[in-house]
Amino acid sequence: MSGIPVTMDSPPPPAAKQSAQSRVRSFTRMLSTRFYVSATMVAMILFFAFLGPFFWGVGEPKQIVGGLYEAPSRELILGTDNFGRDVFTQLMHGTRSSLVIGVVAGLIATTIGVVMGLTAGYFGGVIDEMLMGITNVVITIPSIVVLILLSIAVGTKSIVTMAIIIGVTSWPWTARAVRAQSSSVRNREHVDLARLSGASTVSLMFWEVLPYMLSYIFMAFVLQLTSGILQEAALSMLGLGPSNAVSLGIMLHWSLLWESVRTGAWWAFIPPTVMLTLIAFSLFLLQSSLDEVFNPRLRGR
Amino acid sequence: MNEPFYSVKNLTKVFGGGQEQVVAVKDVSFDVTPGEIIAIVGESGSGKSTLARMLLKLSQPTAGTIMMDGEDVTKLKRPNQLKPYWRDVQGVFQNPAGSFNQFYSVRTVLEKTFNLHEHRLSKAEKLERIHKALNLVGLDPQQTLERGSHELSGGQRQRVIIARALLVDPRLLIADESTSALDASLRVTILNVLKDLSQRLNLSVLFITHDIGQAYYLADRVFVMYRGEMVEQGPTETVLQFPQHDYTKRLLADVPRLEGWTASPGDLSIEELAKALT
Ligand SMILES: Nc1ncnc2c1ncn2[C@@H]1O[C@H](COP(=O)(O)OP(=O)(O)OP(=O)(O)O)[C@@H](O)[C@H]1O
Ligand SMILES: [Mg+2]
Repeated sequence: MSGIPVTMDSPPPPAAKQSAQSRVRSFTRMLSTRFYVSATMVAMILFFAFLGPFFWGVGEPKQIVGGLYEAPSRELILGTDNFGRDVFTQLMHGTRSSLVIGVVAGLIATTIGVVMGLTAGYFGGVIDEMLMGITNVVITIPSIVVLILLSIAVGTKSIVTMAIIIGVTSWPWTARAVRAQSSSVRNREHVDLARLSGASTVSLMFWEVLPYMLSYIFMAFVLQLTSGILQEAALSMLGLGPSNAVSLGIMLHWSLLWESVRTGAWWAFIPPTVMLTLIAFSLFLLQSSLDEVFNPRLRGR
Repeated sequence: MNEPFYSVKNLTKVFGGGQEQVVAVKDVSFDVTPGEIIAIVGESGSGKSTLARMLLKLSQPTAGTIMMDGEDVTKLKRPNQLKPYWRDVQGVFQNPAGSFNQFYSVRTVLEKTFNLHEHRLSKAEKLERIHKALNLVGLDPQQTLERGSHELSGGQRQRVIIARALLVDPRLLIADESTSALDASLRVTILNVLKDLSQRLNLSVLFITHDIGQAYYLADRVFVMYRGEMVEQGPTETVLQFPQHDYTKRLLADVPRLEGWTASPGDLSIEELAKALT
């Protein structure tokens, strides 16, 4: 019975094979107007925060340039604040601080969340219960309580310390979502096949499970980043912000403390509020437009 | 030459504890000799996959032993300890789509297996082995290597996965429902690939299926599993024509008799089989 024919069967002709170029093209076609609008907005905000100081004067944000709450004028287009400092300069530096806090907090939260969720979902059983137990405890602790305690303990906080505090308290949502995904990807057969190729557990998690969640993790990062910026603003307004820095939240804190609303000095509180709204809006828009690319099911809705 | 090299004794797997305890595999024992094809038949939930996972060392038995060349491998756990074992025992699973990591090309998937080799192979040696393995399963290496899984058909995917197993020159291949996700004609192709490989490479195959027809076509011996226990073992013809256990009799009563049931499997044409196995 040696002559059993094994048919030579070749894959579909090369015409069906997508070239790298056409793949890039079909990817760009999937990007919606929403993506281009939000990406442009994000780019403009980044430009304003990081390159703005080189275009519109590299003034020290704390330098006193006029009297208390001077109205906007030709030289000082957003007027001065409660100490007579230039609001426009502060807005550039504040936006930068807020973005840095958001990115660092987002990176920390995403990293912790991914490690916890991936490990829990991959192993299941007791390890899963333990890690998710910790996660649920952290979810119930309001970050503001931790922050008040830490502010007392730490004393002076840099923007990075601030970001660490926010990041360390906001990872649980990512952990939960990643756990759900990894426990399902884990059961795909290629994970077992890779094990049969002698792969260690860590490399299985990294090379076989994690790639399936990358787009998802990126989206979670954008959300963490956005909520990190908003959390910083909220905490700083309450006077729990970074010590030796200007952030959008700190600007609001000063303007509240020095009664800008009652005295009608709108230029002190409107610009940081608008900037926060713009940042949050454009990042959410970016996130949802990327969601369409990564989840084809949402397209065309 | 035809001494058993692989033997399993009283293998048992219990899931959970207390009230919800499930005995998925109970006291299973058997031997495997070089080059033979064994079909393990049983209904859904009879413990076939659980058994396969234990044999592949993907899950730890609750009790019993697995011996290979007289050496007890039951207790081995860490991937590094198990590499020599996986050079001899490899697997192919049910779902060809799930068997592929969609982020990797065929080449990447195949090259991962070289991790099992004792010595580092040169690039040329690796490529030569890959070409040989793909040719064995009837795929053209030039056409296949750089493709991703979405650029292959189900049958091609399953053949790549079989080629993957062949890269280490295994002595035992465990195929768990490896044809159930394929349509009838592809099924016959894969069965033929397995049969052909077994003869050419003196490879033993443990073919797990719930389909008596496929077992009849392929296997030298048939094992019947029922509720975790192995209720019957014997040469294919004997088991299917003179079933001893009640469950086997019922199983056979459910199957419409194949045309040419008593003839030797090789006498059936591919078309007849494709029809019979649908
Ligand atoms: N990880 C697990 N935890 C708990 N019970 C399990 C687990 N895996 C399998 N079982 C149980 O063990 C029994 C045997 O399952 P198994 O998957 O081995 O059956 P099977 O013969 O392969 O069935 P099928 O033909 O449907 O693939 C079933 O009752 C199943 O519910
Ligand atoms: Mg099964």
